[in-house]
Amino acid sequence: MSKTILIDPVSRIEGHAKITIYLDETGAVNDARFHVTEFRGFEKFCEGRPVGEMPSLTARICGICPVSHLLASAKAGDDILSVRIPIAAQKLRRLMNLGQIVQSHALSFFHLSAPDFLLGFDSPPAQRNVFGLMSSQTDLARGGIRLRQFGQTIIELLGGRKIHPAWAVPGGVRSGIGDDEINQIRERLPESIAVAQQALQLYKTLLETYHEEASIFGNFPSLFMSLVGRDGAWEHYDGVLRMVDSAGKTLCDIEPHHYADTLGEAVEAWNYLKYPYYKPMGYPDGMYRVGPLARLNVCTHIGTPLADAELREFRQRVGVDGVVSSSFQYHYARLIEILAGLERIGLLLDDPDLRSTHLRAAAGINQTEGVGMSEAPRGTLIHHYQVDQHGLITHMNLIIATGQNNLAMNRTVKQIAQHYIRPAHQANVPEGMLNRIEAGIRAFDPCLSCSTHALGQMPLHVSVLDANGQVVHEKMR
Amino acid sequence: MSKTLTLNGQMISAREGESILDAARDAGVSIPTLCHMNGVGDVGACRMCLVELAGSGKLVPACTTKISEGMEVNSDTPQLREYRRMLVELIFSERNHVCAVCVANGNCELQDLAIHVGMDHVRYDYLYPAENVDVSHPMFGMDHNRCILCTRCVRTCDEIEGAHVWDITARGIKSHTITGLAEPWGEVNTCTSCGKCVMACPTGAIFKLGATVAEMEKDREKLAFLKNARERREWV
Repeated sequence: MSKTILIDPVSRIEGHAKITIYLDETGAVNDARFHVTEFRGFEKFCEGRPVGEMPSLTARICGICPVSHLLASAKAGDDILSVRIPIAAQKLRRLMNLGQIVQSHALSFFHLSAPDFLLGFDSPPAQRNVFGLMSSQTDLARGGIRLRQFGQTIIELLGGRKIHPAWAVPGGVRSGIGDDEINQIRERLPESIAVAQQALQLYKTLLETYHEEASIFGNFPSLFMSLVGRDGAWEHYDGVLRMVDSAGKTLCDIEPHHYADTLGEAVEAWNYLKYPYYKPMGYPDGMYRVGPLARLNVCTHIGTPLADAELREFRQRVGVDGVVSSSFQYHYARLIEILAGLERIGLLLDDPDLRSTHLRAAAGINQTEGVGMSEAPRGTLIHHYQVDQHGLITHMNLIIATGQNNLAMNRTVKQIAQHYIRPAHQANVPEGMLNRIEAGIRAFDPCLSCSTHALGQMPLHVSVLDANGQVVHEKMR
Repeated sequence: MSKTLTLNGQMISAREGESILDAARDAGVSIPTLCHMNGVGDVGACRMCLVELAGSGKLVPACTTKISEGMEVNSDTPQLREYRRMLVELIFSERNHVCAVCVANGNCELQDLAIHVGMDHVRYDYLYPAENVDVSHPMFGMDHNRCILCTRCVRTCDEIEGAHVWDITARGIKSHTITGLAEPWGEVNTCTSCGKCVMACPTGAIFKLGATVAEMEKDREKLAFLKNARERREWV
C-alpha cells in the first residue's frame, strides 16, 4: 500500500509551509511536494494607492528583508517618474542593501542553519537551534549575532530604524549619512570581516563531513538568474538581469520592461506560491535558481580581493567546470557574499559622493508603467507597477526570490526524500531524516512571507501519504 | 466683563462670551479636542471636548458652549474619559486608518489622541469602507480612508482663504468631504492651491503629493497667525 509522509510545519525558515511525501506500494518515495500555506494579497490591496506609498507599503511584506522591497519598489517608482536619481542616493541605497544582505545572510547561516552543521542533523531537536549553538559554540554564535546586528545597524543609521525604514522613495532617498555614522560603521568592519572569514574556514572543514548531504541536497543542473554588472561583476542593485544555463553560459540578458517575455509564472492548485519558469524552455523544464548560489554562478568575478579569492576556491572545490550545482552550497555562497558585502561596504564608506546632500529628484508621473529590480538576499526581486495618469496603482505584479526557487525547492525535497526514505522505514522515518528534508529547504533560505506576499515564524509539518491518499505518518512542530 | 465659574472644583474667571474650552485653556486646564483649531470657528463636530454641566442631564461640547456666571463644569470624570475613548475608537472603526504606512505618522492629532485616551484596542467592528484617494490636484492629495470629517478643511478654506472649495455631502455614516460640486479636486477651478487645508487637516487625509510615510509635518498655528494678523491689520 502506498503512503504519504507529511512534515507540517517546516521549521527554522521564514514563513509557514508543509512538506508532503507520497510513497508507492513498496514504501519508496514516489513524489514530494513543498506547500506554502500562506496567503497575503498585497498585489490586490495596493491597487488604488499612490505609487509614492509603495516602498513603505510593500516593505511591510517582510520583516527580514524589507529593504529589498523598499529598493525594488523605489526603483519601480523612479521608472514611473522617469528620473535618474542623484548619485549619492544611488550609493546610499547600495550601502543599505549591502547591510541587508549581510544581516539576512548572517541570520540564515548562524541562527537558522548552523545548528544543523555544527550540532549535527541527527542531534536532538530540542538543542538543534541557535540556543543550543550558543551553549556549545559560544564564540561563533556571538560572532554571528553581532554580524547580523552590524548589518541591521547600517540599515538603522541610514533609515532611522532597523525594520521597515521609510527611507527610499521614488526619486532617491529621504536622508543622508554623516561622518559620525560613517565612522561608526567603519569601526565595526574589521571585526565583522573576521567573523565572516572564521565562518568560511569552519564551513570548509565541514565539506568532507557533509559530502553525502551536499551530493543530494538539491544537486542537479538548472538555469541560474541574477543581476550582474555590465562587466560581469557580482551585483546586487543595478546592472543587467542575466540568465545562464547549467554550464554557466549566458542564455540572455533580460530587459526589465520585458521580463514577462522571458519569465512565465505557473500556478498549482496545492500551493499559494507561484512557479516562475524560463519561458523559452517551458514549464516545468525552465526551472531556474536565484539567490547567492545563482549570483556566484552568473558573475565572472566579485571585484574585491578577499571575496574574489574565496570565489575562485568555491568554484574549484565544489564546482564542476566552474559551476556549482548543489543547493547545499547556497550556505557556502552566502558566506562568500557576506564577505563581499563587507568589503564593498568598506569601499563605499570611502566614497566622497556619500556625503552629498542632494538626495532626491523631484518629478511628476511621467510614465504609467514601471519595473524595479534588486537582488534581495534570497535572489532577484521584481516589482512591476502600472499606474493611472495621477499615479494611483492600477496593477501590481511582484516576483519574489523564493517563488523563483519554487521548482528547485520541490525538486530538492523529492531528491532528499528519495535518498533518505526507504521502504524498510515502513513510513516510520527517523526524525533526523525528516530534518534533512527541512534542511534542504533551509539551504534556499526561503522567505515565504515574501513569496506569498504570513506573519510569524516558520513551523514544519511533514506528512506521508499512501497510494490511497491516507496519511500514514505525520510530524509536526 | 469678567464672569466667575467653577471648573473641576476650582473657581476660575473668564471673559463674557468666551467658550468653556477657551476659558479652561486660559486657566491652564486641557480639554481634548479634534475638530477645534485656532483661527477658525467651532462647530462641535467631533464631541471630544464634551463636558458635564451641574444641573444639566446632558453633556455639552466645550468648544461651542459659552460660559455663564456661576456655571459648574466638570471636564475630567471617569464617564467623560470613557466616552472620549469610545469616540476615538468609533473614528478608527469608521475608516481605514493604518498609522504604520501613513504620511502623518508621528504628526497626527488622531494618533496623539488615541494615545492620550489610552486606546489599546478598538471594541467595535471595523467597517473597512471602500474609499477613494483623489490625487487629481497637481500639488495635493486627499485620501478619504483617513478623513475623520472634522470639517477643519471646510472652515479653513471658507473662513481664511475665502474660496470655499471644500464641503460635506450626505448625512450620518454616508457623510463625505467633497471638493467643488463633488468634482475631482484637480478640476475645481475655485481652488487657489494655497495649501491651507493641507495644514489644517489633523490626520494624513490631505497631504502634499509625493509625501511618504511620516513626512507630513504641519504648522497649524500659521493659520491662526494669518487670520489674526489680517483682522488686526498687523502688516498695514
